Amino acid sequence: MFAFLIRRIIQAALVMLVVASIAFLMFRFLGDPISNLLPEDATVQDRAEMREKMGLNDPVVVQYGRFIVDAAQGDFGQSYRNNRPVSDLLAERFPATAELVLVAASLALALGIPLGIYTALNPRGWLSQGLQVISLLGISVPTFVTGILLILVFSVSLGWLPSFGRGTVVDLGWWTTGFLTVSGLKALILPAIMLALFQMTLIMRLVRAEMLEVLRTDYIKFAKARGIPNRMLHFKYALKNTLIPVMTIFGLQLGGLIAFAIITETVFQWPGMGFLFIQAVNFTDVPVMAAYLVLVSFIFVVINTLVDLLYNVADPRLRAEKKPARGV
Amino acid sequence: MSNFVPMLYSVWDSDISYSFRKSRVAVISALVLLAMFLTAIFAPSIAPQNPFDIAELDLFDSELPPFWAEGGNTAYLLGTDTQARDVLSSIMHGMRISLLVGFASVILAAVMGVTLGLLGGFLGGIVDAVLMRIADVLLSFPPILVALLINGVLRGALPSSAQAESALIVLILSIGLTNWVQYARTVRGSTMVERRKEYIEAARTLGTGKVAIMMKHILPNVLGPVLVIATINLGMAVLTEATLSFLGVGMPPTQPSLGTLIQIGNEFLFSGIWWVVVFPAAALAILVLAVNLLGDWLRDALNPKLR
Repeated sequence: MFAFLIRRIIQAALVMLVVASIAFLMFRFLGDPISNLLPEDATVQDRAEMREKMGLNDPVVVQYGRFIVDAAQGDFGQSYRNNRPVSDLLAERFPATAELVLVAASLALALGIPLGIYTALNPRGWLSQGLQVISLLGISVPTFVTGILLILVFSVSLGWLPSFGRGTVVDLGWWTTGFLTVSGLKALILPAIMLALFQMTLIMRLVRAEMLEVLRTDYIKFAKARGIPNRMLHFKYALKNTLIPVMTIFGLQLGGLIAFAIITETVFQWPGMGFLFIQAVNFTDVPVMAAYLVLVSFIFVVINTLVDLLYNVADPRLRAEKKPARGV
Repeated sequence: MSNFVPMLYSVWDSDISYSFRKSRVAVISALVLLAMFLTAIFAPSIAPQNPFDIAELDLFDSELPPFWAEGGNTAYLLGTDTQARDVLSSIMHGMRISLLVGFASVILAAVMGVTLGLLGGFLGGIVDAVLMRIADVLLSFPPILVALLINGVLRGALPSSAQAESALIVLILSIGLTNWVQYARTVRGSTMVERRKEYIEAARTLGTGKVAIMMKHILPNVLGPVLVIATINLGMAVLTEATLSFLGVGMPPTQPSLGTLIQIGNEFLFSGIWWVVVFPAAALAILVLAVNLLGDWLRDALNPKLR
């Protein structure tokens, strides 16, 4: 277990190093940082000073080393577009994205797992058939279209829910939250549904497929033959093994949610990191792009590593494989 | 010409064709797709209006609802937008661009992925190791994020004056460069299996060169799954293009794809002209759904386990 942990951490560090190198290359060779940071009427001398101050005259290796050290401390320089430290911008936006992703993920799990179990246990029921059709639609209809339809119905036609922004937020000093006000919670509903829908259909299909698979295995048949009641059979024995792959996929999808939040945030003008990133792409604001890339990769890598570790803890078969097999 | 009829018959009689005729879903999606492809190809000649020709636009006809709604005009079946462009014609032209980007990026990804997978699987060693590590890193990120990044980098590398004209190329490159990994992995796997077989050994003994073995002997035997991946990938590519355009980093409004049309319509959501956004969105959803259904069918039909 310990060796596995070390190996996973080294692997994660390598991925981060690759990502940081890409970020550095973008930062160094995409556009001219000097002309982006100085006003239009800067003199040649101003430029030279700026160049020296930013260390752009040093050898590339030295610059690279400095970039990595700064990045590890969360310093990504100044945004080209609004001349503020990138780390401040991201820190400001982070709570909005985190709350959105958290609510969407909980929603997807809370609905996806029960619906998946239901469709697996009653595959012929009309509700199951209907859900299968809806899930197929959920996978084919682009998420931004779902978002627009939600706005059309609930904001434009019915006027029940706001279509943009976070509503009133409470500033806790280091974190701004929309959970504590009515308008904040109302603003959260539509974006969270839009973001959760795709993940929910995915989890539902996965739970259904896994559950059907598990119900066919010998140990369930034996349990049935022993006369164990259905309820116990399904929820005590089958569900446990169903949820192991669901856990892995969900962990990976959590990263996906952060990326998909870019689209949701654009549709609902949600002031999160994704919205910041898409504006940065639009204006080629390289420091923001690079910082977002590094931050999101870091979150991904942490989640992936944790999921791998959890997988090992949850599934004893994986641990057994490491030892020499006994018998056949 | 003499063996054309028997050939046609053997195609009709093949397993694939039988399974196709038996699957109602596959036939319907194929017909829908065919209609959409033809519309896209002939859009300039069959569209009721050229939405890019200002001379054809009449501002008095702007914001008309679809023909069945009150105030609608049968000259504009699906209504018009704020600049009097016919929504139906815009969709036809938009579909053309969406499909063009979709097909071009799928071809780019397939050619790149097959080549790299073939090289990695056949040569092994350091080439293979490097390729697969790159693939691992790419796969650990959601495709939309990778495409956005490549898009941002490419746009950043271009002078801002050239960005509008090169939007099409930039999109094709960013989507193609995102999606090659799947092809590469699959082809690499089957190449490694083929490489050890006797006919390759025989070719080697005969003194056939490495390139010739890869192109002539291995390639035809590893292409099967590529077709399935390409079909499913087409749906994804069209969707990615639409998403990028919707986010404002894809096709410009002067040359709109379906995604751009939805983005433009989205700005007028609150002014009540719902048809400007709903119809392009529906066209996009139907297109992607049809491609996905056809891809699902093809995957099952080519899967020997399910026969």
